[in-house]
Amino acid sequence: MSTFVSDFKERAAEKTGDLRLRQFIRTALRGYEVSRDKRKGAFQSWESARQAAAETKWEAINHLDTHLESLVAKLEARGTKVHWASNAQQAREIILKIVTDKKARSIIKSKAMTSEEIHLNHALEEKGFTVIESDLGEFIVQLRHEAPYHIVFPSMHLTRDEIRDLFQKELGDAPSNSPEDLTMVARRVMRQKYIQADIGFTGGNFAIAETGMISITENEGNARLTAALPKTMITLMGIEKVLPRFSDLALFLPMLATAGAGQPMTCYNTMYSGPRQAGEADGPEEWHVVLLDNRRTELLADAEQRDSLSCIRCGACLNVCPIFRNVGGHTYGTTYSGPVGSVITPHLRGLQDWKHLSNASSLCGACTEACPVKIDLHHHLLQNRRNASASQPSFFERLAYKLFGIVANEPRFWWLAKKIGWLTQPLQHAIKSSALDPAKAWTKTRDLPPQPRESFKDWWRNRK
Amino acid sequence: MTVTLFIPCFVDALFPRAGISMVEVLERLGHKVICPEEIACCGQPPFNSGYWDEARTIAAPIVEKLHDAEVVVIGSGSCGAMIKKFYLELFAGTRHEAMAKQLSERTWEFSEFLVRKLGVTDLGAKFPHKITYHDGCHGLRELNIKLSPRALLGKVAGLELVEMKEDVCCGFGGTFAAKFPMISTAMGEVKIGNAVETGAEYIVSGDSSCLMHIQGLLSRQGKPLKTIHLAEVLNQR
Repeated sequence: MSTFVSDFKERAAEKTGDLRLRQFIRTALRGYEVSRDKRKGAFQSWESARQAAAETKWEAINHLDTHLESLVAKLEARGTKVHWASNAQQAREIILKIVTDKKARSIIKSKAMTSEEIHLNHALEEKGFTVIESDLGEFIVQLRHEAPYHIVFPSMHLTRDEIRDLFQKELGDAPSNSPEDLTMVARRVMRQKYIQADIGFTGGNFAIAETGMISITENEGNARLTAALPKTMITLMGIEKVLPRFSDLALFLPMLATAGAGQPMTCYNTMYSGPRQAGEADGPEEWHVVLLDNRRTELLADAEQRDSLSCIRCGACLNVCPIFRNVGGHTYGTTYSGPVGSVITPHLRGLQDWKHLSNASSLCGACTEACPVKIDLHHHLLQNRRNASASQPSFFERLAYKLFGIVANEPRFWWLAKKIGWLTQPLQHAIKSSALDPAKAWTKTRDLPPQPRESFKDWWRNRK
Repeated sequence: MTVTLFIPCFVDALFPRAGISMVEVLERLGHKVICPEEIACCGQPPFNSGYWDEARTIAAPIVEKLHDAEVVVIGSGSCGAMIKKFYLELFAGTRHEAMAKQLSERTWEFSEFLVRKLGVTDLGAKFPHKITYHDGCHGLRELNIKLSPRALLGKVAGLELVEMKEDVCCGFGGTFAAKFPMISTAMGEVKIGNAVETGAEYIVSGDSSCLMHIQGLLSRQGKPLKTIHLAEVLNQR
């Protein structure tokens, strides 16, 4: 067993044993579902909106080359410097070079999952730069030296008390556990950092090919400050974030807000089209946009699963996923957790190492139902299983299914298997959930159904 | 009508009462029921584990045998989804493709067959108990079965249906239950928690496999709730 799968199982066992945390997450996500459903009702037809969004993203991805060319030409026309990064290392090198050239010391960041993907903070800190996350949730997990728990709600696993204690310990200030007080503490710390920062770093939610704009969605105003105050701005985003037209935002902004957080619109949606222009009073003097591939083009080449590039990182699939709800975000050990993470991680980081995430699913399909851009998530998990078994089958599993096929296809063998099952029941009962029990994985927590002497087929035969 | 009844492997071995009830309900409606003895399993376990060649070994003889049946009725949303939906993928580009398509079109999940094909909801059943209904995920999301079981239960004399607050998976998921037992069990605990909250005496479902998981947890935890297949409820007089 690879260490990836054994680590996953170990963490899953630990997290499913934490009943308090499981209940806490479930209550939070129930609240999300209620507000999401209310907001869905504000759409004339949520289903039509999903269809339109899926088609728009499909068009964007199938013409990614021309959309990207248009985006870059428009960005460059207004003085933005665009960089292409084939992989995480290149992206890190590009960003490190910019911050080194600028003789920067301190970098303020707004939320960007792509920066988690390329492990940017670690790379910057290693070179002696100070990095501050300005999204409150990210700021909290950064203080804990943790990865985000959820792609949209990074610190949702922490209670107010835990955050108060953390602030008290790390910042020396936490008057109470009220969200208002804690936010004010973070705000006081951060305002100083904005002023000191040489570089503002952001992600991007959508890139508009038609107008050459990058749209950033946030609730706290921190991304606006990150983009407005420091002299240099760097934006890192995946190449798949392109939308063809400016008017597409009319659908995607409320959709992202509804699916992601159960909001009608996220508080701040800002479209950036370039650095400070002549005659403008504010904005960064320089803007660098880094477009990241990091194996997204390989996913693009996979006709079956290409639609997973449509993902707008809203987190809706995580929120409804019974696996995510019970094991939590850190168990996955990936940048992108939950169903979409289980689908794309094998493509981004290697099928054999990450196939267990596709197996760790009951294929219930709640994710596919929730996805606002209609990615066929749970069927992609099935395809990953098929691809993994075809390229590197497990000897015992394949043998077991071959034998099962022989038994299932021969009525006499099938009859015999049932009889053996019935006869060995008392023995099975005697060794139930012990180390000797071959069905221990089941019987450790669950009883097996008693097998009746007469099967359906016995009854059918006797009746005739 | 001649109804070919497909009995899933676990119904055959572990829950024969569910299968017998289906036969009796269909015969009472005046249909001829046949039940091919040489069919044991739809092939879903190897299919879901990614072993499609092995799945085809099991599924190909089924497609050959059943493709020209008048109707095939199956008492499981999960095996129903396998035949109606996943056989099309499994046999795409093979010589069984056309037969698989024909079989898919002629296959009905039990509750859907009664309500949508036969147009029957009242089977004259009596079951004076408070129940809650568990939608198996395959039936619910692959085959969109939600209304038919409720239409049938609505006509059962004395029965009171109380819905659960959440529409969540029971955590069975086939081999998932054995490969990741800790996650599967946690999901099952959420499910039975929802069911207990309704105050029901029975959890009814169209899928014996889900019920096997739910019942396994209920028994182990010593909870008094019971599980029963929809067909058995409809067969209570």
